This record gives sequence, structure tokens and C-alpha cells, in this order.
Amino acid sequence: MPRRNTPTPSSPSPASPAAPIAASSPSTSTTSPSAPLSSGPTTLKANSSPVEIAQHVWHQYLASTPQRTLLLDAFMFFLVLVGGVQFVYCVLAGNYPFNAFLSGFSAAVGQFVLTASLRMQTSAETKDSKPNSKGKNVKLVAAEEGETPISHERAFADYIFGSLILHFFCINFIN
Amino acid sequence: MASPSLDVLLKGNSSRNVRGLLRIIILCTIAAAAVSSRLFSVIRFESIIHEFDPWFNFRATKYLVQHGFYKFWDWFDDRTWHPLGRVTGGTLYPGLMVTSGVIYHVLRFLTIPVDIRNICVLLAPGFSGLTALAMYLLTNEMSSSPSAGLLAAVFMGITPGYISRSVAGSYDNEAIAIFLLVFTFYLWIKAVKNGSIMWGTLAALFYGYMVSAWGGYVFITNLIPLHVFVLLCMGRYTSRVYISYTTWYALGTLASMQIPFVGFLPIRNSDHMSALGVFGLLQLVAFADFVRGFVPGKQFQKLLTAMILIVFGFALLGLVLLTVSGVIAPWSGRFYSLWDTGYAKVHIPIIASVSEHQPTAWPAFFFDLNFLIWLFPAGVYLCFRQLKDEHVFVVIYAVLSSYFAGVMVRLMLTLTPVVCVAAALAVSHILDTYLVASKPSEASETKPTADNNQSGLRSTRNPVVGVYSYLSKFFISAMMIVYLLLFVSHCTWVTSNAYSSPSVVLASRMPDGSQHIIDDYREAYYWLRQNTPANAKIMSWWDYGYQIGGMADRPTLVDNNTWNNTHIATVGKAMSSREEVSYPILRQHDVDYVLVVFGGLLGYSGDDINKFLWMVRIAEGIWPDEVKERDYFTARGEYRVDDEATPTMRNSLMYKMSYYNFNSLFGGGQAVDRVRGARLPAEGPQLTTVEEAFTSENWIIRIYKVKDLDNFGRDHSSAVAFDKGHKKKRATKKKGPRVLRTE
Repeated sequence: MPRRNTPTPSSPSPASPAAPIAASSPSTSTTSPSAPLSSGPTTLKANSSPVEIAQHVWHQYLASTPQRTLLLDAFMFFLVLVGGVQFVYCVLAGNYPFNAFLSGFSAAVGQFVLTASLRMQTSAETKDSKPNSKGKNVKLVAAEEGETPISHERAFADYIFGSLILHFFCINFIN
Repeated sequence: MASPSLDVLLKGNSSRNVRGLLRIIILCTIAAAAVSSRLFSVIRFESIIHEFDPWFNFRATKYLVQHGFYKFWDWFDDRTWHPLGRVTGGTLYPGLMVTSGVIYHVLRFLTIPVDIRNICVLLAPGFSGLTALAMYLLTNEMSSSPSAGLLAAVFMGITPGYISRSVAGSYDNEAIAIFLLVFTFYLWIKAVKNGSIMWGTLAALFYGYMVSAWGGYVFITNLIPLHVFVLLCMGRYTSRVYISYTTWYALGTLASMQIPFVGFLPIRNSDHMSALGVFGLLQLVAFADFVRGFVPGKQFQKLLTAMILIVFGFALLGLVLLTVSGVIAPWSGRFYSLWDTGYAKVHIPIIASVSEHQPTAWPAFFFDLNFLIWLFPAGVYLCFRQLKDEHVFVVIYAVLSSYFAGVMVRLMLTLTPVVCVAAALAVSHILDTYLVASKPSEASETKPTADNNQSGLRSTRNPVVGVYSYLSKFFISAMMIVYLLLFVSHCTWVTSNAYSSPSVVLASRMPDGSQHIIDDYREAYYWLRQNTPANAKIMSWWDYGYQIGGMADRPTLVDNNTWNNTHIATVGKAMSSREEVSYPILRQHDVDYVLVVFGGLLGYSGDDINKFLWMVRIAEGIWPDEVKERDYFTARGEYRVDDEATPTMRNSLMYKMSYYNFNSLFGGGQAVDRVRGARLPAEGPQLTTVEEAFTSENWIIRIYKVKDLDNFGRDHSSAVAFDKGHKKKRATKKKGPRVLRTE
């Protein structure tokens, strides 16, 4: 079952968010390692406020993400911003050059998606070792991925290829 | 898994090359067989474009080749849909024409002068060869056995379900679309397996090509998201799914929007919304998965499922709201008719009137797929046993397309590829099991361990338990081989007998067994071409619009594009009303000639009298109080053309034009309509507002000229009556009794 192997990012987490702040921490922290039922952790999360969890996730993220991936994430955030601005503009100011809006918006979305894919591929080491849900299926998946891991250079070349085609379509569509 | 027979025979490193070479040779042979089995029609008849739609594609291709791409893109065709015209460049799927245009120019560049007509005729067989190859690739992704791919390629190459739309000369969108369909699926499977952007991008590119080629691309648009959605529901989300799907969707949607005919549909039309919904869902799931890396605990699984359900519910609600409020276009009529087979008949008679939109008859499945149809469930079962991501795809594809194929005859085409995949999996499984000459020694070793683990799962984990008896091996293999041989002979028979008729040229057998070609269509079209002014407007039922445009090169009122239902209904009204009503309609639309198809003499059942009820129905949809379907049936509800025909029927323009002068063929005897087996009234119909201009050799095509307004301002019936009263003698002298022309 997935609980068996706990990678580095998740191992400190059961203790850290709950123990210092939440009032009910002593009781729940004792239950969670000993009896890992689904109900135990849920109550833990439910008791600690969502803001706390979000903050914890944020710190965890900053701590565990390598510099290059952070750069990609910044780019993705920028793309979300660009797409959002275009969308807001479309809603507020009307969609008159609809082609232009669409191509601009989908360029942002497409680039976001491609960057996300690149991020997944390049940071695959940390991600894929993480346990997945179904036991039998995961073994299959892991076996396959163990055979053909995608190298960073290959991933980047794919990314360039996809982006080129994306922008070709966008420019063609913009009128 | 089972070691295939070839591996047993040719083991070792050097033999890998031999096997590869063999495989290539086999594939080439399959492609050649696929091409050559589609050439029956060229050999029997000639290199000619078939049926109806291909004539338009052919005409458009000629335009493209002559005027270049940009002119083609902006093509406004004023020679169809007179007086409206048609924005042809923006309302067609250009993939087919562009493909053959490119082939034409490449061949020109290589200094091989080929007529564009021959390219168009041979395009479908050529692409079917490629389809066989694509099928090999697709099936190879499904199975570890090398024979499955080859078998699938063979099946795809010669199965009648596919041949029916891709014989030489059937220059239709499906000719290249099926290749693109299969290849897009192959690339998609590749993308899901590898999780690389490149495969996803390639899938998107071919999806874009597919969009440019066939309206059936909606099938892919819905199948791939469904596959992803099912994978998500099975808890099989991986980064590979995310990468391949989002890349495919982002690029593919953009690519599809490049086609003017599709335009903004992918974001407006409900048909495409599932893809968008799954795209959004996948973003959420990916984000959730990302966050999960930082949050421990099993409750996440629960959270995830809950989130999926909530978001999906919201998306569905939003979709319904948007559809109701009219932001998103409602589902198209063809789509409704997919779910409710009676829908089209009630609401859109124009769709129901097309024979290929009718529900499929049961024998058609066996006729088109032969023994593949009963191997199909076995293959799907085999997919269930392995059930990797790609097998899930096959299962979904199988379920969906078998439903659709049951609803519409035309969609048999989309069923065929998955049937071939599944059947090839089944056959290769059987052959791999039974064609191994050596006794299964390893089976006895693995048995006890399997028994120790779980005896219940033994069959699933180790399918080759082992067949020891040579007799059973021989028996089963011989049986399969007989089935395969039967399949080949069935395919050849069906192809040569059922699917190789151009339908422009009819063939019949003389009493002595020799073939007799009935060439009335072309005779009539060439008559139009040579004897009428270049701008003469021809009115006919829409079936013949493309042919008139292509072969006679004359403007038509309506054609097979059927984009304007009202216009078609106008023609239907003109055909089904009395002459006094029809004549103003004809005048208003500048009609010079009216063309009807009449099979009564020859027993040709696809004629206009048999299609007449559809004209009435379509006209009734627009003018319910002027045209009534009930009036064309007798009191007992029969559709008759003989003495008992209703007055409305007998006074309709179509009836009159069909049977005008038909009596005179039979001398003094009573005229007999051979299609409907009816004896016609002794008194033939009289025409006043149109006059006979041409009747083809076997009376299949009759062309009437619309009379000009009378010189003295009389209406036509009184003018005719006046002529008859005073010049009866001259009229009879000029027109002797008609006899059937014989060569």
C-alpha cells in the first residue's frame, strides 16, 4: 500500500504542521503513526486550519524545489497571469477581435501546459518515486518508466518542438 | 507470454534481421493486396469518379489545381445553389483536395505527368495501403505478439467494411480520414505510453489533419477525452497522461480551429465540450497530485475523488446553463439523431432522407466484417485481461463505436478499425497458443508456483497452460486457417459484387451472359453540356446536384451539400405541387431545365419517384399547409402510381415528368412501371408548362425545358389547349409514336 515508502518531502509533514500550532495535536499525532487509518489523518487535517496547511505546503515547496524548477514555475505563474489578464480583458472590454483573443489566450494556455509537462519530465525523479494509488497498476507503471526514462535533453527538445508548432498555429490564427 | 512460431524457428541475433525483413515484405504485400483489391471497379468499368459526393470533391480539386491554394480558400461558387451561391472555400473540409493537390504537384515536379483525375481515383486505394500499415503499428502497441499487428493489417486491408468507402474512384473524405483516424490513435497510444511531448504534438498534428479532412473528427475529439477520463476514474493518473493529453488538446484544438469550416466550433459547440472539460479536470488533478507531494496521508485519495466529482458536477451544470442560455451552440442535429434514432425522422427529414444515416441492419455487420464480428468480443475480452492504459482505450473505443455503428450505417466505418484490432488480438492469441510445435515444457514448471500463489488467478497470469496433444493443435490451427481463407474469399466476393459499382455507370447482364453497360447518366449530362447554354440553370433533386456540377458543368439549384434546408424544400415543393403552383417557383429561380431520374422502364429502383416522398416530407416541413404527405397516399395508405393514385400525386410535376409519354413506348398496350410493378393509367399525363427536351437511352434521365412565358400573355394550359384544338394534325405528324431506341 502507498504508506510503505515515504519520500523526503512528505516524511516531516505529519508532525510539523500539527504539533506546534494545533491544539489537538498531542492526541492526533500519537494516533497517526500507530494506526494509519483513513479517518485518523482526515481528522488531523480537518482540525488544523486550511491556511496552516497551505502555508506548510508553501514552505515545503520552497524548501524542496530545485532552482531550475523554480524558474519554470515562475514562468508558469507569469503565463497564468498573462492568460488571466487576457481573459479579464475579454470579459470586460468585449471580444471583438475574437481570433486575436483566442490565439493569445490559447498561446498562454498551451505554453503553460507545455511548461508543466516539461516540469513534470525534468523533475520526474522526485515525482515518480512517490507512491501512486493502486498497487497493482503502479508496479506496471513503474516497470515501464524504469525502462524508458526520458532524459532532460530529450524533454527539452520535445518542449521546443511543441512550442514551435504551438506558436506557428497561434500566429497563423491571429489574422 | 507465448513465444510466436517465428521465434521458435528463427532464434538468435542474426535472425532478427531476417525476421525484420520478412515483416517488411509481408507488410508491403499486405499494402499491395489492399490496393489491388480495390481496383475491381477500374478494371470492370473505367477510371471514373463514383457516386455523388466524390464528384464535388473532384470538381473542387480541379479548381484547386487550376487556381492555386489561396483562390481555393476564398472560393465563392456561384454555380451551385443558384441564386444563393455557396462559400465553398469556407464550408468544406479541404484536407482531401489539398492532399491530392500536393500529390499532383509533387508528381509534376518529378516530371511525371499524371492526370488529376487519376490521382483522385487512385487516392483511396493508396491511402488504404497506408491504413494497413498504421493498423500494424497500432496493434503492435496493444500486443506483445508480433503476429497480431500483421493480422490486423491484413484484416484492415481487405475487410469490406472499409473497402465499401475506399474503392478506386470513391474519392470521398473517408478515403483519407480512416487512415488519419487510425494513425492519430496510434500516435495517441504512443503518447500515453511514453508520456513525451513529441508524441502528443504529433498526435495533435495528425488530429489537425484529420479535422481538415472529415467531419467525423468529432469521434476522436470525444474518444480521447473519454479515455483520459476513464483512466482518471480508475485512479491511473500519471504525469504521462497529463503530458500527452494536455499537449494534444492545446495543440489539437488550435490546429482544428485553423480550418475555416470548423472555426470557433471547438470552444462553442457542445460536441467539443467534453474535451475541454477533461482538460480542465486534468489541470486540477495534476495540481492536486502536485500538492499531494507535500501533504501526507491516505485521506488524499478520498479528497481527490470528492474533488473530481464536485468539479465534474459543476462543469456539467455550467455546460447545461451555458447551453440553455445560448452561449454555447446546442448539440447539432446529427448528434441528436445518434442518441434517438427517431429524432431525425421527426425533426430533420433532410438528415433522415440520406440512406447512409439509417440504422444498420443486422446482416450488414456480418456482411461487412465476416468472422471478425464474432472474434471481436473475444479480442475485447483479451484486452480486459491485460488492461493496461492502451487496452482501456480499445475497450472504450469498442463500446462506443459498436453503439454508433448500430445507429448509423455510415459509422460502420469507425467500428471497422477496432474490430480489426480486437479480432487480430484474438486470432493471434489462438495461433500463438496452438501453432507451437514443441511441447510446452516450461508450462509444467510454472504450474506449481502459480498454484501455490493463488489458484484462482492462475488462468489470468499464465494463459499458456499448454496444449500437449498434436491432434488438438492441428485441429484448431486448421480451423483457424479455414476461417481465414473463407474470410479472404468473402471479402473478395463482397468487394467485387457489392462495392465496386460506380453508380454513375450501371452494369447489367444480357440474356447471353455478356455484360451490358448502362450509361444513361453520362449520356444525359453530356447532352446538357453540349446542348444548353453555359449558364442554363438545372433543377433536380439534390442527389444529382454534384454530378450535374461535375459532369455537365451547369449551375444547379440544390446539391448534396444540403446547407440550406429551405432551398431544398423549395425544390421539393416545385416537384410535388401542381404545375400551376410549380411554374412560378421555376420562373422565380430562373430554372431553364428540370432533370428527373426515372427507372420505370429499366427497373432501376433508385429513381425519383421512390425518393418522392422525401421531397414531399421536406417540403411539408416548410409549407405544412400547402404540401401534405397524406395527400400522396391512397385512402388505404398505399403509395401508388397506377390508376388508384391520388389526384395530388397524379397532378404533381414529378409524377407528370416521370411518366410523360411513357404510354407511347408500349404501342397500344398498357404501360408498366417495372420498379413498382404497377400498370399505369391508360391516359398519360399532360404537361403544359414544361416540354420534353431530352430522354436518355433507357429513360433513366429525362430532361425538360421550362417554357418561356406565352407570347400572347395566356397561361400555359390555355395555350396548350389552343394549340391542340387547332393544330392537332401537325403535332401528331411531327411526333410519331416513340420507340425504344436500340443501338
